Order: sequence, then structure tokens, then C-alpha cells
Amino acid sequence: MNKNEIVIKTDKLTKKFGDFVAANEITFEVYKGEIFGFLGANGAGKTTAMKMLIGISKPSFGKANIAGFDIYKETEKIKKSIGYMSQKFSLYEDLTIRENIQFFGGVYGLNDNEIVSAGNKLIDKLGLHDEADKLVGSLPLGWKQKLSFSIAILHNPKIVFLDEPTGGVDPITRRQFWDMIYEAADNGITVFVTTHYMDEAEYCHRVSIMVDGVIKALDSPEQLKKHYNAESMDEVFLMLARSAKRGE
Amino acid sequence: MKQLMVFIRKEFHHILRDPRSLLVLLGMPIVQLLIFGFAITNETRNTNIAVLDNAKDQSTQNIITRIESSRYFDIDRTLNTNGQIEHAFKTGKIKVAVIFQPDFQNELAHANKAQIQIITDATDPNQATTLANYISAIVMDYQSEQNQQNNLPYTINTEMRMLYNPELKGAYSSVPGVMGMILLLISAMMTSISIVKEKELGTMEILLVSPMKPALVIVSKVIPYFVVSLINVVTILLLSVFVLGMPIQGNIILLITVTILYIICALSLGLLISTITNSQQAAMLVSLLGLMLPVVMLSGYAFPIANMPIVLQVLSNIVPAKWYIIMVKSVMIKGLGFAGVWKEALIIIAMTVFFIFVSIKKFKIRLS
Repeated sequence: MNKNEIVIKTDKLTKKFGDFVAANEITFEVYKGEIFGFLGANGAGKTTAMKMLIGISKPSFGKANIAGFDIYKETEKIKKSIGYMSQKFSLYEDLTIRENIQFFGGVYGLNDNEIVSAGNKLIDKLGLHDEADKLVGSLPLGWKQKLSFSIAILHNPKIVFLDEPTGGVDPITRRQFWDMIYEAADNGITVFVTTHYMDEAEYCHRVSIMVDGVIKALDSPEQLKKHYNAESMDEVFLMLARSAKRGE
Repeated sequence: MKQLMVFIRKEFHHILRDPRSLLVLLGMPIVQLLIFGFAITNETRNTNIAVLDNAKDQSTQNIITRIESSRYFDIDRTLNTNGQIEHAFKTGKIKVAVIFQPDFQNELAHANKAQIQIITDATDPNQATTLANYISAIVMDYQSEQNQQNNLPYTINTEMRMLYNPELKGAYSSVPGVMGMILLLISAMMTSISIVKEKELGTMEILLVSPMKPALVIVSKVIPYFVVSLINVVTILLLSVFVLGMPIQGNIILLITVTILYIICALSLGLLISTITNSQQAAMLVSLLGLMLPVVMLSGYAFPIANMPIVLQVLSNIVPAKWYIIMVKSVMIKGLGFAGVWKEALIIIAMTVFFIFVSIKKFKIRLS
């Protein structure tokens, strides 16, 4: 993590749907190579905030700068600098691993040589030689998730956004998945991750906790636990989320 | 360009890896055309008829031979008196009786006018009309031949004239109809389903986050189905010319051009459907109920528009297939040129622009 380089910076970023304020004046910074946990109960406004950051939802007002680009004027440049993995499994099941790599590589503007070398590296790393030409749909869920993450960072983005990436995955695979996240962060990729698993929150460098559209707390897990006098992030989260008025 | 190519390749993978859809995409047109062209048809063949020839002269013999040799009629019996006619019908063996007046040839030669009476069993009125038309057509055919040979203004009294389709071949109405229906279904339904599928699976979100422009996403989703539709056009035309025996009278380039316009219109309709639905089932349902039904009911393919209540006649104007079928008939059967179809073409283009405009509006609302 490099605290001198800020890759995400928001200033009073707000999203309203009519009278409903889904995300209210969100202000935070994320550093290069940081693993930033973005927590909040369902309906707290996490997804809305993230959608604004990745450019598929226009903010009502407020400022934001992603990878050095303005969120209003330079969305195209932002899109090239980020990777995204949604909570729904986001590869094509009726394409083989290699075809998925070719497709997403092409969409992100890699040339044929880059796609082949990045693809081979990826297949090597995940040990998927025998499966490379099999349909993705035939892989177990854990492998799919790891593959999905690898493809999201295939084009070597500055930031990768992960929306509840480990839903429905067994603890061992989750652990392996987090090893991959650490490796990406070590390589200078900033990881912006939402999760419901509080043990995962402990793995993050810093976490923010959203309640009712507002960021209620933002610090490292150690500091948060100290501040709220709690044993675990789970306790911290419950303490903050209990005050929520909005349900699902 | 690279983005477009990888995307289109991916789309073809989707299509080719789903054999059932592929079968529907490419097989449905063939099956439909053959069913509507051969099996379900207004054509009646080998109908038994009775003939009462009161003249028994050269002309009547000629006409009877023509009727006999046509594949529509078999002469079941030859009657001698008027009294036998009713009996023949009542036994149910015959559907039509043809009666020639006495002195037929004389009357024709001297008064230039002769009468043939056609009596049909109208318990099935549609069939009766069709049969009467067939006979009239055969007589007209004979008459015009005689007029050419003799340069004499013979008139045999029949009132029907079957323009463009003198043999009343079922294919003449089924080919344009099937084209209108199939192209709309495949283009609109398949496009909307394939776009909605990406929404359902969550991959659309990934694509929107990627640097690929949304318009490019849409274009690359649409192109494969455009290609599939073109393949279908070629199959349908080949089948109709070589199997159903329906010639293309007009300019084939013009026919293909108006067809491409129609395919684009159908694709934009599919696009519109994909913006208002969120699941594949919904997209399919909207396409089937919202497109198939109007095309079958209101395009003038199954039921003549002129016979509809005014409300439905007005409503039929918003069915793109109606205009396309008119164009196909004009070009393919009547052999008209561009001057004969430009109005319909303009309507199709206007509809396309409208669909695309509304889709873009809807798409933007969804994004914000």
C-alpha cells in the first residue's frame, strides 16, 4: 500500500432517487495497493455507491476521482483503468475458459499477443491446463470465482471492484480467494471489496461501514475494534448497523 | 473494431453451442413454409365435379378437357338432364356442377356471348368461392386464347378475374406471410432474448462497466441475428422458387433490400422489447403475444384486412409485417419496381426510427 498515491477520492458523493437518498454525501479516499472493505447491511447504499464509482450510475451531486480521472467527464478513461466482478457470476458459461479470456481481453482492448500471454499466465497460475478448453459452466463454483477474479484483473487495472465476490463459496476457497486478492494488492492493484462476511473484513487494510446511506465509520479493523471496544469486526458492525432505520 | 469482432465471435459461440435454438432459428422457417405452402392451404385439388353439357360442340368439349386436365378437378360424372344435378349434389360426391347452355359454340360465334353456369356446394362458402374461381379462371384462359387466335371479341360470361395468381396457388400468399412472420419472430424474439439473457445472468453489468460502448454492445448483439435472418431469407426464397414453384417476378435486389429494411425494423423492435423486460421468459412472452398474434391476425396474411371491422383495420396499420407483406407481394408476385413500394418502405423506416428512439430513451432511464 502506498499512502502517497490516492486512487479513489470522493467528495460528498450523493445519489437520490426522488426523495430517497440512497447514498448521502459520501467522502473517502483509497490508496494505491490498498484492500478497502466497503461494508454495510442490505439497503445501506453500498451497491448504489459502488455503481457510481464504476460509472454505471450518475451521481446526483458531489465529486469523485477514480484512478486520476473525473467521474463525470472521463468515464471512458475510468472504464479502461478499472476491473469489476459482480456478485452474480460474471463469465459466460457456454464459452470455454480460453474463449472467456479472449472475449474479455478483446473487450478491454488487449491485442492478440497480450491476450495469449496473459491468458497462458492465468491458466498456469490457476492450474487449469486440463480445463482450459472446457466450458466454464462445467467448473465448480470456487474455481469459477477465482477465474472470474483473474479475468477481472487480466488487463492489469489500477483498481478492481469486487461486489460480494465470495458469496456461496466454501471457507477453504474463500481463503484461497483472499490470497489472490493479497497478491493483486502486492502488485499495486487497489482492491475495493464489498462483503457480508466479517471475517473477511478483518483481512482488509481499512474498512468503511455504511448505515442508511451514510459512512458511519472508516478505519483499519484494529483501530475500529479499539475505538468501539469490541472483540471482532462482527461486534463493531452489529453495534453500528443496529442503529439503522432502513430495512431491506 | 477488435472489440466488435470478439463480441460477434462470442455471440456466434452462444448461438452455435445451443443446438436447440439453432434448430429453431434455421429449421422453423423451412417447416413453416412447407406447412403453410403445402399442408395448410386454401388450394383444393382433385375435386369431383359433374358436367352437364347441353351443347356438346367443339367449344364445350375444349373447355371440359381443360377442366379435366387441370389438377384441381376430376370429372366424376357427366349429366344428361337438369334434374340430375340436385341428386348429384345430395349424394355428396361432387362439389361443383358446370352447365353449358345449348348451342354454346353458335352463340359464341354469332352473338359473341355464351353462358356457363357454375353451381357449387356452398356448405363451405370459402371452398365454394375458391372452386368457382378456379373454373372461371380456366374458362377465362380458354376465352383469351380463342380471342387471340380468331381476333374476334368472344365473350363467355364469367365475372371473376384472378390477377397475378390465376391458379390461386396457396404459396403466393403463404410465402410473403411466412417471411413476414419468421423474420419478425427470429429477429425480434431472438435478439430480445439474447440481450435480456445477459441482463439476467449479470454479464450485461460487466459489459456496461467495460470500456465497450453500450451502442457497440447492442450492435454486436444484433449483427449475428441479422446474419441468421439473411440465411433464412435465402432459404425461404430458394424453397419458394424451387419447391413451391413460385417465381420471383420483380427485381431480386429490390426484394432483398426491402427485406433488409424489415429485418432492421424487427431487430429494433427486439431491442425495444429487451429494454422493457427483465427475464428471458418475459421477453419470449412479449415477443410471442405482442408480435406473433398481430402478425397472424392483423397483417393481412391469414385474414383479409378489407374484411375486418374498422377498428382492426386502423390497428393493422401499426403492424410492420402488414407493410412488409404488401411489399413482398408487390415485388415478388406483381413484379413492381421501387416506385411501387417506396411508401411502404418509408413506413417501415419510420417505424424503425421510432423503435430505436424509444429504446435509447428507455435504456438511458435504466442507466441513470
